[in-house]
Amino acid sequence: MSKVAQVNLKKLRPYGDIMDDGTIQLAFTLPVEPSAEAREAAQQLVQKMGFEQIKLAAMEQAGTGFSFFVIYANTRFSVDMTRIKVIKVDSEKRARDEIDELIKTQIGRKLVVIGACTGFDAHTVGIDAIINMKGFAGDYGLERYQWLDAHNLGAQVSNEDLLRKAQEFKADAVLVSKVVTQHNIHLKDMKDLIARAEKLGLRDKFIFAAGGPRITHPMALECGFDAGFGVGTKPSEVASYVLDEFLRRQIPRSSVKRKLVPKLKSRVSKNAKKKATKKKVKK
Amino acid sequence: MAHLALNSKKVERCRELAENISQPVESIIATHSTLAIERAVLRLLGVDGAVVQKGGQGFPEVNAIIDQLSGADQSPISRGVLYWFVNAMIQKKMTAAEAGRAAAGGKINLLKLPVAPEAEIRKKAEELCRKAISDLVASRDRRDSLRRELGDKFDPEGKSGPIIYVIVATGNIFEDVIQAKAAAQAGADAIAVIRSTAQSLLDYIPHGATTEGFGGTYATQENFRIMREALDEESKKLGRYIRLTNYCSGLCMPEIAALGARERLDFLLNDAMYGILFRDINMKRTLIDQHFSRRIIALSKIVIHTGEDNYLTTADAIENGHQVLASQFINERFALNAGMSQNLLGLGHALEMNPEHPNVFLLEIARAQMTRDIFPKSPIKFMPPTRYKCGDIFYSHLMDAMFNFVGVLTGQTIQLLGMPTEAMHTPLLQDRWMSIKNARYIFSGAKDLGAEITYRDGGQIERWAEKVLDETLSHLELIAGKGLFRAIEERAFAEVSRTETGGKGRDGVFMRDPAYLNPFFDQLPL
Repeated sequence: MSKVAQVNLKKLRPYGDIMDDGTIQLAFTLPVEPSAEAREAAQQLVQKMGFEQIKLAAMEQAGTGFSFFVIYANTRFSVDMTRIKVIKVDSEKRARDEIDELIKTQIGRKLVVIGACTGFDAHTVGIDAIINMKGFAGDYGLERYQWLDAHNLGAQVSNEDLLRKAQEFKADAVLVSKVVTQHNIHLKDMKDLIARAEKLGLRDKFIFAAGGPRITHPMALECGFDAGFGVGTKPSEVASYVLDEFLRRQIPRSSVKRKLVPKLKSRVSKNAKKKATKKKVKK
Repeated sequence: MAHLALNSKKVERCRELAENISQPVESIIATHSTLAIERAVLRLLGVDGAVVQKGGQGFPEVNAIIDQLSGADQSPISRGVLYWFVNAMIQKKMTAAEAGRAAAGGKINLLKLPVAPEAEIRKKAEELCRKAISDLVASRDRRDSLRRELGDKFDPEGKSGPIIYVIVATGNIFEDVIQAKAAAQAGADAIAVIRSTAQSLLDYIPHGATTEGFGGTYATQENFRIMREALDEESKKLGRYIRLTNYCSGLCMPEIAALGARERLDFLLNDAMYGILFRDINMKRTLIDQHFSRRIIALSKIVIHTGEDNYLTTADAIENGHQVLASQFINERFALNAGMSQNLLGLGHALEMNPEHPNVFLLEIARAQMTRDIFPKSPIKFMPPTRYKCGDIFYSHLMDAMFNFVGVLTGQTIQLLGMPTEAMHTPLLQDRWMSIKNARYIFSGAKDLGAEITYRDGGQIERWAEKVLDETLSHLELIAGKGLFRAIEERAFAEVSRTETGGKGRDGVFMRDPAYLNPFFDQLPL
């Protein structure tokens, strides 16, 4: 028998140095000068969050009228991980040559992908990493794929222009990169793109995928996109998804319905996605 | 301070080539102007109001006036805005501010007034420009006297160790003030107010104090004034002069230079090619604008920061280090051509090499040291890593520490501090505080290390520096052979291709009429 407790997935808690100790590190600033009262305030705040055994490791003055705290505390909460279901991008992991080969044999023409960093966002780093030849972390960009026709439109592209270009290029997939997230500008921009696409009757013409350091797949779905890719995504993951999604859409719509709907029911309840799915089915 | 044994003949040759590269561009600069320059001219005269538009937003008077002179037919503006505007001042016996308000509000039509004799207009324009220049000098003197009063020790050559430069970017200028003061108290020497992400592509400068922005705060004259006033107050309290930085780039580059000079800014981010490469602004527009901007900056003795730190966010840093150095030589040349001196050239660089590359810090040290040694009189600005930053803030904090160490070791002048949360959000107050604490520890703890060591003859660091210098030289030869415009088209920098006729703001470039009137070109020092 093991001398240490084994992880209990039904009652999962953070691990410090003993199973289930629930240790968490916290750091925050209070807009008051450091004082005995400020220390007590920080402790009480952490207590109210449900923490126990609170150890205040540091209280430092971070400018006049500001105290920075580092605190270790133990949470009494746990989660049942066995009941968690996360909606993930539905796609297989494949290498570049494998993807090229599949496009060649199953589709027989190049898939057209365009991408841009949209709205006021001026950060090209994400879209460059996915599309440009060089790629990211040793994974070549979409430009390098023989059977992809990839176009990087750069930064600060308006949603209007993006849709126009998507039509011009006869795109199969539209990739949107969002880096700036202040005031949730990324969500507004993404929803606006889909709303415009719907208005122009283009929603189902393209596969819409979003990417960015703060983008998640469920969030992208809520904005009406087909997929969302977070930080560290490699070009081959995007290429593989575009391929899978393209093939899925070739299957008669009724079977698409059966395949997609049960999965979506589990968490996404926002109208945008429902509408999008329905439309697809109707066509 | 340890130095690298670099071949000075090669360095000289690089400077010669940069001069050759700049020559054809200088002749374009000498024969053209842009709408942004003309707007800057009006701003220098004191036309700084705004016309309230539908929705309550202020549209600058200078834009309203220039728009009237530059519709489909560019011929009125090709004489220079001053010809029409000064004539209006004469005809209507108005001050510049009054004439600006009247013309922008549609009360007078600059093109439909009786025209005074050319010599009279010229004489009056010359007087107005002289007055505007003496106003700029007064702002400069006011800034410099506060520096003197507080015993400012800024040394462009970086001999007293890197100064600490941090950014604020809340979107709200009043919140920025709180963050900037806290940063200064923690030890920051320079505050940069990051601009709202779209501003470089706005063809006008927003008006008044602003409280909303995306990824930053709008650069406006009033925001400059508010922040400078707050930093004056904080500098006096701390007994240490705190510098203010903003962005003199994008489609309003010359206007920002004018406003920055008037509002006593210390640093301006200003690059000859950044807008072309990273904002897709037309080449001619950018190069003509940078010249006039730098003429103003030279008068006001503002330190510019060039943008080479951005190059290697898109191109591979290990393979393309020479592009950064080549661009620095070109930036230096264009700045000198605009009357600037080397002690005002904050050449920016950041190497952004893959942290997993073996001995990566030998390469970082080689690049930082060679930049220091090739531009010994210039205030070198060293940037922290951003490209390889991730959500692991603890690892990120360590990367910043390593770059702080390279900065102090190699005698960089201005260290832009990295933030542990670089990959996540614009800095929180505590992020900035942690970073400053990190830098102060390292800058103090390794203060004299550079003076204690030497680089091994023919060692890895020296060999790498020599290799980058060789590649820079052949890169500059290539650019000189093709001409700058074609070289940029063929991706000479940052793997970005731009064409001579492409890009934003091209419509705003015009050929000067033989009778073009703009005495600033004669009166600003060269």
